[in-house]
Amino acid sequence: MSAVGVRELDLDLDAFEGPFDLLLTLVLKQELDLADVEVAEIVVTFVERLLESSPLDLDACGEFLVLVSSLLELKARDLFPDEEVFEELDPDEAAEELAERLAVYRRFRSAADWLEERLETESDRFFRIGPAPLAPPPVRSLKPQDPQGLVAALRGLAAEPAEPSLRHLALRFPPVTLFLERFRAVLRRRRGFVFDEETDQLSRIEQAVAFLALLELRKAGEVRIGQSAPFEPITVWNGT
Amino acid sequence: MERNLRLIDNPVDRLARTIEALLVIATQPLSADDLAAACDDNADRVETAIGLLASRYREGRSGIVLEQVAGGFAFRATREAAEACARLVERPAQRGLSQAALETLAVIAYLGPVSRPEIARIRGVAADSAVAGLMERGLISEAGRPGEGGAVRYAPTPLFERIFGLGSLAELPRLDDYGGDAEDLRARLESVAERRGA
Repeated sequence: MSAVGVRELDLDLDAFEGPFDLLLTLVLKQELDLADVEVAEIVVTFVERLLESSPLDLDACGEFLVLVSSLLELKARDLFPDEEVFEELDPDEAAEELAERLAVYRRFRSAADWLEERLETESDRFFRIGPAPLAPPPVRSLKPQDPQGLVAALRGLAAEPAEPSLRHLALRFPPVTLFLERFRAVLRRRRGFVFDEETDQLSRIEQAVAFLALLELRKAGEVRIGQSAPFEPITVWNGT
Repeated sequence: MERNLRLIDNPVDRLARTIEALLVIATQPLSADDLAAACDDNADRVETAIGLLASRYREGRSGIVLEQVAGGFAFRATREAAEACARLVERPAQRGLSQAALETLAVIAYLGPVSRPEIARIRGVAADSAVAGLMERGLISEAGRPGEGGAVRYAPTPLFERIFGLGSLAELPRLDDYGGDAEDLRARLESVAERRGA
């Protein structure tokens, strides 16, 4: 395999299938996330291909080392963008840290292998999988009820409701003549009266109509009206 | 005849029939407590009845097998019938799990609840698509966040335990027991080097 051959190295990875060259291009164009690429697989593929060629092609090895190390650096920066930890470590410590992480990863890789085997040995266990989880039965929060009490409550609900009163909706104006007559009758008996006392027991509407009657009598010159100050009682005298 | 009638009226036998019925309608394993609550009976008697059912529903005796799995009891098909079952039903949850998915699943099974950044740190590659795939298969589920603003964490589901035939997560092999064969990559490289040397 020549140095040119390195770039044509055929790769078959989870995230990528094709020549090494294309992988590099895609990574540089950021169309392939380096985080998804298993660099170790690339190395193994290369070394296995190296075995097939003879004698050992040092140019190819050199080129490959350069490419893979830059790939690894890019990936490391990508994976740990905010981590300063490696920069604080001296090379020995960094190597130790890396070895530790690799050891942890290898354990999980073995665990994954165990799961894969387990899946195989358990593949002849078939069972039903339901779409919905078991729902707890609905909780009844009502206390026990007395049937007679329920009947009474229902009966009350079933009864025809009383016709609602509309009295407050219509204003009933008594005729003005009613008060004209009443005031004339009073003035026939007495010389004068105090309007407020005379209308004290009436509703506001009736008081208003009574006041209209008073103005009517004043207009006709039948009475004289006097008030000591605003809002004071109005006194009415016979006008003649 | 009289003897048979007495057997049918045996209260444990009647309880066993009820449990049998509950297991038939259940879509996931039922714990002894679940069964006791549904039967409105005490846990000891339920355990006895389960024992009775386990001796009836076992490999070689019945097409239905009672197994203790994922923290409960469930019926499954006998292994004998696996080929016929495979012709009848698909099993999308476990079919074609990639190496990346299995590794991610292993991390979640051992360390869960665990977040995607934590998984990525261990595996050295982003875990986003593997996690999404495992979620879709129902093998893992979201298990809350560690605190305000933390990353979502994932944990294995009962379906994971069931598919992998685990009574509980405690039945996973100890992580420390995975030793030398993890040097797989190095061994492959070394064997290549040796062959070259020869």
